[in-house]
Amino acid sequence: MSRAQENSAGRDPLPAAAVGLETQHAVAQFLYRQAEILDDRLWDDWLALFTPDGHYWMPAAPEQLVGEGQPNIFYEDHYLMRVRIGRVNHPNAWSQYPPNRTGHVVSNVVVEAADPASGDLVVRSKFLVAEYRNDEQRVFAGKYRHQLKKGPDGYLIQLQRVDIVNVEGPFDYVLQYWI
Amino acid sequence: MPGGNGFNVDALVEPDRVHRACYVDDEIFEREIRRIFHRSWIYVGHETQVPKTGDYATTVIGRQPVIMVRHADRSIHVLYNRCPHRGAKLCSQRAGNVGAAFTCSYHSWQFKLDGKVRHIPIQNGYENTRFSLDSPDAHMKPVARLEVYRGFVFASLSAAGPGLQDWLGAAIAGIDDMCDRAPEGEVEVVPTCFRMMQKSNWKIFLENQLDAVHPSITHSSTGLAAQKVEQEMRAETGKPPPLSYHYISAFAMELDKWGALDVVGYPNGHCVLQGYMGLRPTDPDTLEYEAAMRQNYSPARTEEILDVNIHHLLVYPCLSIQSPLQQLRAVRPIAKDRTLTEIWHFRLKGAPEPIYRRALDYFYLVNSPSTMINADDLFNFRKCQEGLESEGGDWVSFHRNAGQDRVEGGITTTNIGFSEAPMRNQFAAWRNYMAAEPAA
Repeated sequence: MSRAQENSAGRDPLPAAAVGLETQHAVAQFLYRQAEILDDRLWDDWLALFTPDGHYWMPAAPEQLVGEGQPNIFYEDHYLMRVRIGRVNHPNAWSQYPPNRTGHVVSNVVVEAADPASGDLVVRSKFLVAEYRNDEQRVFAGKYRHQLKKGPDGYLIQLQRVDIVNVEGPFDYVLQYWI
Repeated sequence: MPGGNGFNVDALVEPDRVHRACYVDDEIFEREIRRIFHRSWIYVGHETQVPKTGDYATTVIGRQPVIMVRHADRSIHVLYNRCPHRGAKLCSQRAGNVGAAFTCSYHSWQFKLDGKVRHIPIQNGYENTRFSLDSPDAHMKPVARLEVYRGFVFASLSAAGPGLQDWLGAAIAGIDDMCDRAPEGEVEVVPTCFRMMQKSNWKIFLENQLDAVHPSITHSSTGLAAQKVEQEMRAETGKPPPLSYHYISAFAMELDKWGALDVVGYPNGHCVLQGYMGLRPTDPDTLEYEAAMRQNYSPARTEEILDVNIHHLLVYPCLSIQSPLQQLRAVRPIAKDRTLTEIWHFRLKGAPEPIYRRALDYFYLVNSPSTMINADDLFNFRKCQEGLESEGGDWVSFHRNAGQDRVEGGITTTNIGFSEAPMRNQFAAWRNYMAAEPAA
């Protein structure tokens, strides 16, 4: 469906909420912090970004609407993320010798929806990730969509959707942790 | 190549060791494509990938790009992906629907779903030429042989050779195991294919599938991390962890238990590794599923089906099947040091949704591109390939328990899970395929 058709159906495919500069700034800072946490492999800080029932989700196809009960590239709650962290930190995680290094750039931050009562947000953004390991560099590009809960200490991720542009491509693997 | 010029299979494959050239020599790889992948039965796909008329899926058989397509009469056809006019590929996507006919994007030649030419836009100009619509050259070429077994589509590019069921022999039990576990006796593909590119020879992947020594070593980090979280989950929630955690924590099972598994080698290189995960719990979901099974099968037959205990069936040279978890990996060799696997999973028709979720969890944890399991396998495969390229030694050792296998009626059994019998069995088939050039 084209943009025009979407609009004639009364739905904006790229909704944006009118939010103040302060909110825009705060959410951008939150996304930058998440990117730094990944690049620096600060796993306790990573887990603390999510609500207790939060999920990190990378669908296996762009048209997927839910993660539950579907094939996914990533679909992880706290417990599965803890397994992954435990593995990456384990001395026998052979394919982490040498470990990979990443550099994340997050940009194009658009607040899609804002709940005036709770302060909860839905935020779209774009990312570029360069990964280096074993003399090889790979690049991943795509978009994030964060559903954020506003708490007393700032935002927490209820659901982070990650769509990579090469979603159906062959991989040796994507990343051994999150993009 | 050892022995200088020419191909000498005796110099490459001995009963208990093989020469590294089998993995690193370009000419041997080309010969494998001709002698093995262009002659043996190769798994193309599952017919539920193409449910509607005109639905197609593309893949490769050896070096040959092929299309699996559904005809209006419900039959399946497997055709070379090539327009007979100027040779352009007719389907450029991995899957789709062509409607009533294939149409070439270059000059609009059209072909029916069985590959027969349907329409050529400019028909004049062929008078007094050698081109004729009656000639086989006017049509898309079908594969030499095609057989469908319980929905699994296999093709052979060679007109000669045993039929599919003869070729599979007793190894067919692995395909039956997957389908029989469905209350309706059939499986249906889930249309998400994960593709993994391995930077290693195709045989290294197949050898690993029945290698019961590696899991507790290669996958210890993930197995132990999962065990720790299982304990934490029990403490934090007071509930047992989901079965999916067991899939990965079982990789850290003690080495002795792996050693107690049965491995069986069949003719033509097929092999089976016995199951170890104990996938018959007594939770309500499983009991509901077993009740559904008993409605469609007799209680005795249901027990017989659920008692089958297979972890991996290896269909040499093209397929690794995990029947109790309804997944398979199709092997597509690209180069001596590059192998693509196409990974699929299936639904058991008539089974309750939670039973599908178990297959899905395994597909995610082991076979998805975020896998915490195969990441370490692929790392090892690549290191094997790089090491085998070196001149630090000529031989790959498959000595463990050599000469101690029980062979009866062409079937090799051993109850030593650590035996390298599966690798020896695969190379016995390799020898047969590779020994002589095919008749022209």
